Amino acid sequence: MAEQQFDETTQKELSNFLEKEQAQARLHTSIHKFTGLCWDKCITGTPSTKFSRGEEACLTNCVERFLDTSLFMVKQIENQRERSQFIG
Amino acid sequence: MGTSTSPADMAAKKEQIMSSVKNEIALANAQELMNVCHRMAHHTTCPNESCFSKCVTKPGSSLSGSEQTCLSRCLDRYMEAFNIVSRTYITRISRERVEGQ
Repeated sequence: MAEQQFDETTQKELSNFLEKEQAQARLHTSIHKFTGLCWDKCITGTPSTKFSRGEEACLTNCVERFLDTSLFMVKQIENQRERSQFIG
Repeated sequence: MGTSTSPADMAAKKEQIMSSVKNEIALANAQELMNVCHRMAHHTTCPNESCFSKCVTKPGSSLSGSEQTCLSRCLDRYMEAFNIVSRTYITRISRERVEGQ
């Protein structure tokens, strides 16, 4: 019944909308994950009224290095696969 | 079924779906931020657990004043950390998108 209510243009518009919202939710989940990860690594002292300079820089570096690590790991695995193809 | 819907009805229905999706996602985001600690196996990724372990080191018969001060500062810092992380991540992915083109 529900699908009969929308014409093609509206269906397309809705599916674009859903795709965008889902992408945004995935982005939020990633940011959430990084915040937890980097909080544990960078915030070592008792929370005060503001971050120390070191903590703030650590948070930024933490995100950047985590992403570097992801890229590095992917490359590493690709290299290994290439090597094993040469041997095999 | 001869239920022909008028364009106005259809537009209203569409708006209704969009706004209910938006609301649900906003709610899920908030819940995720506050409550979901168990999703990541090795990390306490929510202010609730992170701040509890930082601020309530020796649980007493009630939350002391200094524990409450610590908790409220901790929550503020957690939100600030979320914003810093968010800014850094978004800057990075948009930079890589430009480079990738």
